[in-house]
Amino acid sequence: MTTDKTPHRPIAPAPGWAAEYEALLEAYSQAGGDPSVLRAPKAATLVVSANRVLAANEVPGVNFDAETLPDGVRARIAVEPGAQIERPVHLCFGMLPAEGVQRIEADYEIGAGARVEFIAHCTFPNALRLKHIMDARIHVGPGATMQYRESHYHGPHGGIEVLPKAQVTVDAGGRFFTSFNLVQGRVGRLEFDYDVRVAEYGVAEMSTKAYGQGDDHLRVNETLHLDGEGARGLTKTRIAVRDAAVSEVYTTAEGNAPAARGHMDCTEIVRDAAIARNTPIVLVRNDRAQVTHEASIGAVNHKELETLMARGLDEDAAVDVIIRGMLVSD
Amino acid sequence: MAEPLLRIENLSLRREGYEILRRVNLTVQPGEVHGLLGLNGSGKSSLAYTLMGCAGYAPDEGRIWFAGQDITRLSITERARLGLTLAWQEPARFEGLPVGAYLALGARDADPSRIAAALEAVALPPAVYLKRPVNHALSGGERKRIELASVFAMRPKLAILDEPDSGVDTLTLGDIAALVRRMADQGTAVLLITHRDEMLAVADTASLMCQGTVVFSGSPDETRAFYGRRCRPHGEAFGAQPWPLAERVALAVGVDDIGR
Repeated sequence: MTTDKTPHRPIAPAPGWAAEYEALLEAYSQAGGDPSVLRAPKAATLVVSANRVLAANEVPGVNFDAETLPDGVRARIAVEPGAQIERPVHLCFGMLPAEGVQRIEADYEIGAGARVEFIAHCTFPNALRLKHIMDARIHVGPGATMQYRESHYHGPHGGIEVLPKAQVTVDAGGRFFTSFNLVQGRVGRLEFDYDVRVAEYGVAEMSTKAYGQGDDHLRVNETLHLDGEGARGLTKTRIAVRDAAVSEVYTTAEGNAPAARGHMDCTEIVRDAAIARNTPIVLVRNDRAQVTHEASIGAVNHKELETLMARGLDEDAAVDVIIRGMLVSD
Repeated sequence: MAEPLLRIENLSLRREGYEILRRVNLTVQPGEVHGLLGLNGSGKSSLAYTLMGCAGYAPDEGRIWFAGQDITRLSITERARLGLTLAWQEPARFEGLPVGAYLALGARDADPSRIAAALEAVALPPAVYLKRPVNHALSGGERKRIELASVFAMRPKLAILDEPDSGVDTLTLGDIAALVRRMADQGTAVLLITHRDEMLAVADTASLMCQGTVVFSGSPDETRAFYGRRCRPHGEAFGAQPWPLAERVALAVGVDDIGR
């Protein structure tokens, strides 16, 4: 984890960025996002297209540093200790070309007692043969609260690989909430890998939702280490696969300390020739810890389907309504 | 008399080796409320699922005519698009789907004011319910009312309502009865499955089902009287359930050939 105190240098936007910025915002808008949030002067924003930082707007308490890599950007996002950031920090990562690689190496440092919410938008509307790699290190300081919501839009072609990986450390009394949504456009290949360590009386909640179609392949790997006394953790996974899509969900929760409490909750819907696999692993190393799990994999509920069809929807449309409902529910 | 909106001819259904429906004959006229009575297990809900075309309820024999068309082999969607729908006795839940969106999915007019009006018709304040998901947080009674609002918003030619009165409070019962009448007044015929006199009071005609077939059709009063005189003593007449063969039922209700 980066902890150095080197002086902060504001980021200068890449030259000739305006047209690309507008095009990215247009793609974001078409994906259902509201581009005005990325222009709001009072909100912190960081916009990265391929390996170019197109915009970086800081607010008091939130600092960005970034350097260009051959195929992406290395960014450090720091929230000062005690800072209470009123508005969500918007991060926009994307690529307009159909092919290429975008690698984001990100360090998030949330100072002690700080409170911040990040909303990350990842937009790849034209992806045909494109790889998006997110390698994040997240440190939530003592008593700090970090929310991180990440939504993707991939366009209709499915020719994309998304590899979000995060090593998360939650210090004593810290709180980390994250949600990952990939329910618009095609998934392509997803390799989601989050590893979260929680210290005493810390909290970590992870929600992952994805909708695989065609020949999409989803692999979700979530690990919770409840290392401190009274640490609490939850993983909530909602996956739907249809056509010939495949999903593999591996969730692990470790209860390693007294009064640690963990729960894993996975629901998957399968249609057509799709395949869903769920492998929960419960590991308890302390006789006062408790970890539970529940998993359900099955077809679309028959009565829900027939009810919608009795209102005039065809079967495909009804299935879509049911799946999207499950994916947006809390 | 006008051509019936719904005509069921000799409809029979077997499931898992059991005879569920036996040569059912029934007609429903356009715009009428037709009550359907019968003891538990008499085949009322099975008839509703068969009429709607639900999976596992394809009839073995007989025909279903709706608006002059043979719909016996049509899908649920095709039947719905012709103007037939069903409100289930135990309505489905839809995680993540707001009530307003649910109602709009099948509504003939999805204008927000119409959707709000449909909720008001079942005495649910739109401001409270429009954005709530149709999920487990709603009570059974609330879900039943939302189901009725969905049917009301659809404005079908024929709505099959499977015990819309079960599980709702006494005050709500009057609202539901009034709604059924209002639907009919607006041109939706209703096949109303019920056990409640309060609901039967809004019916124009009624039929009684027994042992998988319709054994009597007439006015609501006649049907209720027939039900009380002939059907309620079944337990005494025949001993313990399950009920005996249909021929013995025919003997009890005083008809020579059940279903005709």
